Amino acid sequence: MKTSRRQFLKISGGVVSASMLPFLKSVPAHAAGDDVLVAVTGQTINSLDLHRTGTNRASYQVAINCYDRLVSFGTKDAAGGGLAYDYSIIEPELAESWTVSDDGLTLTFKLKPAAKFWDGAKVTAADVKWSFDRAVSVGGFPTVQMKAGGLLRPDQFEAVDDETFVIKLDKPSKLTIPDLAVPVPFVINSKVAIENATDDDPWAMEYLHKTPAGSGAYKVAKWASGEQIVYERNDDWVGGPLPAYKRVVLREVPSPSTRRALIERGDVQLSFNIPNKDAAELASKVDVFSTPIDNCMHCLCPNTNFEPFQDADVRKALAYAIPYEAIFKTAAYGQGAPLWGGESEINDIAWPRKSPYYTDMDKAREHMAKSKFADGFEVPLSISLGLASWMEPTALLIQESLSQIGIKTEIEKIPGANWRTAVLVEKRLPLHLENFGGWLNTPDYYFFWAYQHGHLFNSSNYMNQEIEDLVNATLHMPVEDPEYAPKIKRMFEIAFEDLPRIPLWQPSLNVAANGSTDYEFWFHRQLDARPLKPV
Amino acid sequence: MTAISDNAAPTDTGIDNPSSHRDGPFSHIAYVLRENPVTLLAFLLFLFIVGCALFGPYLVPYDPLKTSAAHALQPPSADHWFGTDSVGRDVFSRVVVATRLDLSISIAAVGLSFVIGSILGGIAGYWGGWIDSVLNRLLDTIMAFPLFVLAMGIVAAMGNTIENIIYATAIINIPFYARLVRAEVNIRRDAGFVRAAKLAGNTDLRVLIMHIFPNTLPPMMVQISLNMGWAILNAAGLSFIGLGVRPPTPEWGIMVAEGANFIVSGEWWLAVFPGLWLMIAVFTFNLLGDGLRDIFDPRKRT
Amino acid sequence: MKKTTTPNRVRAVTGRIAQTIPVLFGVVVISFLLTRALPGDPAAYFAGAAASEESIQQIRVALGLDKSLPQQFLIYLQDLFQGDLGQSISTGQPVATDLANRLPASLELTLSALLISCGIAIPLGVLAATRPGSAVDHICRVLVTAGVSLPTFFTGILLIYIFYYLLGVAPSPLGRLDFIYIEPDHVTGFYLVDAAIAGDWETWVAALKQLVLPSITLALFTLAPIARMTRAAMLSALSSDYIRTARASGLSDKKILYTHAFRNALLPIVTTLGMVFSFTLGANVLVEKVFAWPGIGSYAVEALVVSDYAAVQGFVLAMAVLFVILNLVIDLMYTAIDPRIGFDSQ
Repeated sequence: MKTSRRQFLKISGGVVSASMLPFLKSVPAHAAGDDVLVAVTGQTINSLDLHRTGTNRASYQVAINCYDRLVSFGTKDAAGGGLAYDYSIIEPELAESWTVSDDGLTLTFKLKPAAKFWDGAKVTAADVKWSFDRAVSVGGFPTVQMKAGGLLRPDQFEAVDDETFVIKLDKPSKLTIPDLAVPVPFVINSKVAIENATDDDPWAMEYLHKTPAGSGAYKVAKWASGEQIVYERNDDWVGGPLPAYKRVVLREVPSPSTRRALIERGDVQLSFNIPNKDAAELASKVDVFSTPIDNCMHCLCPNTNFEPFQDADVRKALAYAIPYEAIFKTAAYGQGAPLWGGESEINDIAWPRKSPYYTDMDKAREHMAKSKFADGFEVPLSISLGLASWMEPTALLIQESLSQIGIKTEIEKIPGANWRTAVLVEKRLPLHLENFGGWLNTPDYYFFWAYQHGHLFNSSNYMNQEIEDLVNATLHMPVEDPEYAPKIKRMFEIAFEDLPRIPLWQPSLNVAANGSTDYEFWFHRQLDARPLKPV
Repeated sequence: MTAISDNAAPTDTGIDNPSSHRDGPFSHIAYVLRENPVTLLAFLLFLFIVGCALFGPYLVPYDPLKTSAAHALQPPSADHWFGTDSVGRDVFSRVVVATRLDLSISIAAVGLSFVIGSILGGIAGYWGGWIDSVLNRLLDTIMAFPLFVLAMGIVAAMGNTIENIIYATAIINIPFYARLVRAEVNIRRDAGFVRAAKLAGNTDLRVLIMHIFPNTLPPMMVQISLNMGWAILNAAGLSFIGLGVRPPTPEWGIMVAEGANFIVSGEWWLAVFPGLWLMIAVFTFNLLGDGLRDIFDPRKRT
Repeated sequence: MKKTTTPNRVRAVTGRIAQTIPVLFGVVVISFLLTRALPGDPAAYFAGAAASEESIQQIRVALGLDKSLPQQFLIYLQDLFQGDLGQSISTGQPVATDLANRLPASLELTLSALLISCGIAIPLGVLAATRPGSAVDHICRVLVTAGVSLPTFFTGILLIYIFYYLLGVAPSPLGRLDFIYIEPDHVTGFYLVDAAIAGDWETWVAALKQLVLPSITLALFTLAPIARMTRAAMLSALSSDYIRTARASGLSDKKILYTHAFRNALLPIVTTLGMVFSFTLGANVLVEKVFAWPGIGSYAVEALVVSDYAAVQGFVLAMAVLFVILNLVIDLMYTAIDPRIGFDSQ
């Protein structure tokens, strides 16, 4: 061959498929041109199909960057710099407009006529129906998430004509439309998928796992699990403003120190989800976006299965013994928002909110003395190996403090696979750290998952009939309903009185940028490459 | 890595019997130490490490578990010789106190594999036959595993307690001892002194234990010494993956592993001091292994 | 002791090969049991963030984890005989594909580390053996021992800090190839070889640059066993009767050293190399993690932590097969050279 491969590619330019397209010269990344973004993350993408069984969280970003939903959330300026999604505004993505019937049971969407899949086929209501049918049928996480918005069965979805799609609900819910903007109900090119489906695999899980077929802003040019994913811009995207970067390279780098060195030296333009310590220290050198995560808190959970924690005084003793300030300094490095020392009276429905507790060893000892366990007891304090970066320093400080009120703890580190089983499924850990965050940003949604009996994130086995009733009443109730706020305030009161979860702080999602801007924070905590721009 | 000892290949001729030298053992040890300054250094370091393990916890300036958020991540100073860690604990105190635990882990693990390996290897080497075949297959099976991953698997399956780290380290070392003993016993089982002992009416077991086994000790000592260092590294590796000793117990591997994340941000003392200490310990055991071979190796004695 | 005759040797060789079958079977059984003994429920882990009990059960059925252990084992064996190593849940790929993709990365790293290591350790060992007890000997010993005394992840991060972060001479520690280059066409999976075949020297140099730091890290760790073995083997060769005879017959020191002694010392050195190789391949887990190297070691660690049964089993089996083959060769070499080993001569 006379021409080298690189020259060949140089000549043929756009003709070769995107996956083959190289960077023409071997120049450092920061000089590689303004239309290429190189980002690093510590997580691994294990599937290009969110609906597939076993798809991990990091993979959700493919659904965000490569597929469209009917609607999306708006954008606002974030507290910690940069942008953030706006839960209060729903914006069109594939849908051009939509109407809700007066009884709130029928939602009618009009699709954008210009919307096309990557292969040029028109996006039709039939594609939307097929995709929604798939999400409610495959089981596992997508089905559960659809259910949260009242989307349960294929017969609820109807493709009236090519551009009209109708959803019928069993009961009206304020969560339905926001639930259409989460990553799960994305729209797949059903013709391509059906061509690649088999009798054993009617939803084309095997095909879409490796070969996305969507209409989104980016196509997957290359994916090597454990190494990198390369996105290539879809210039025909109609879901929103055309992204600034033509190409996004996301490298998976497991070592946090290596990631820090890369962003500091400017070899990459974005480091996603950096540790709190790096966020605090890098702020003077590069742009750091540290956004408190909505509807999420780090908490200490005393399990009611464990006898001493059935005693309200013991739980309060815990809450007064926690060295909040020291934890926030050494584990969070001041990133996020404090959740202690709040006022005892509840005047609004903001969540997460400061608990009325603060560090006071005398009060803690008083409560211990009042309890049936004045002599103290021993209990394991469990943390997750995968989350050790914040859990371990937190646990160390709690351990030391609790020893002063007679509670002797042993720190138990549990590996990833076992952690979920032990803490969430079996709910057998007597005292542990936990950090649920709800995608849909309303307090009732948080309480539904974390305070209602038997629900996954209620790892304390908490059961209170009044909470059960309040959550059931408020979950689908519009926020504007006059009954809503009083009920929510009552929930907060009970939660702080009963303390099945002792709030520590509201964590933040930290992103460092060096040469890139307009980072947007999303509740799903994955990288949305679409709004990013070079500086 | 050092588990692969150069003595694994039996190069002796099978007629050595170190206890019959007329100079006595001590004058020879003194001679070797005089001749070999590195071995002398290793012995001195060894005494130092043992000293730390025995008396360290009583001598350190701070409580190794005492946190202090106000003093987190301080660089080395007169107050904190090795600086403080992310929750304000004194690194020097933790490093010194950890000596006992790390030494215990490696001694227990190596001792366990030495005893089990010797028994298995002795039986297989002496009697041979089907026992030997079965044992060989068993050892082959263990050795066919990627050893570090096997250790990880064992600790992950049984839970990360100190005992399980010891068991895991012991299990992956047994084949090395068993093979060494087997080879050493095997080449001596028909040697002249063995035949003589048998003719004198000794039972097989007695011959094996009293006459043959002592001959395997010199190469074993070398192996033990090298393995001690390796056991410490093994525990450190497990810690790096997150399967090590539980916090807040001070242990070198965990300290290096956790400290490693702080190097790039400039807090080098968190990893470097425990790392150096760990290196010195492993270094000592490795050099000691060489020194012991010099002492036991009959060829150097003439 | 009687010399082994040729038909005996052939029988011994076939016997030795037959012996590997129970070993491999043992590995299959133990790795199966070990993965099942791992705590935690992979179904619950892979069910994702907001899974219900029902969806976990669906996944359990999909993964075949609802069946009894013996049933699961039989299914695993059956698949194995059909060459199917199963599907890794954490990477979402067939295990065989994962291993095929990642093994060359690990092999390339390990081999280049051994190359560096041999280049330094063997001359050092020979040097030390020619002057036993001298300062040179002691310095060699201290140097190689220091290398093996440092945990590899520590050395790796230190090297990154110094050569990449502070000095900026090393390329960014981002796996096998800087992202501005495209991978060479897949022939062997070794980037250096593939780039050379394609004649793409720019990529070749880039791949080499990425290799330098991780392979030095590993090489430091493998210096000691090779140098020690070389020294020991050379010493024993130099003190043997035939060298004395050669000396007595007036051959030059150099000639004795390089032709006779070194050649005789080669067998134990090669043996050690084999052992070091298979050990390093399994143990470079930590180096791979530090350098974001997409090898099988880091694959195994990730799989183990999330109880990804098929991936762990596949990795262990692949390593075992490699090890068994290597060991077979070494053993056969041994029986050929040293008839004292083995019972077949009695």
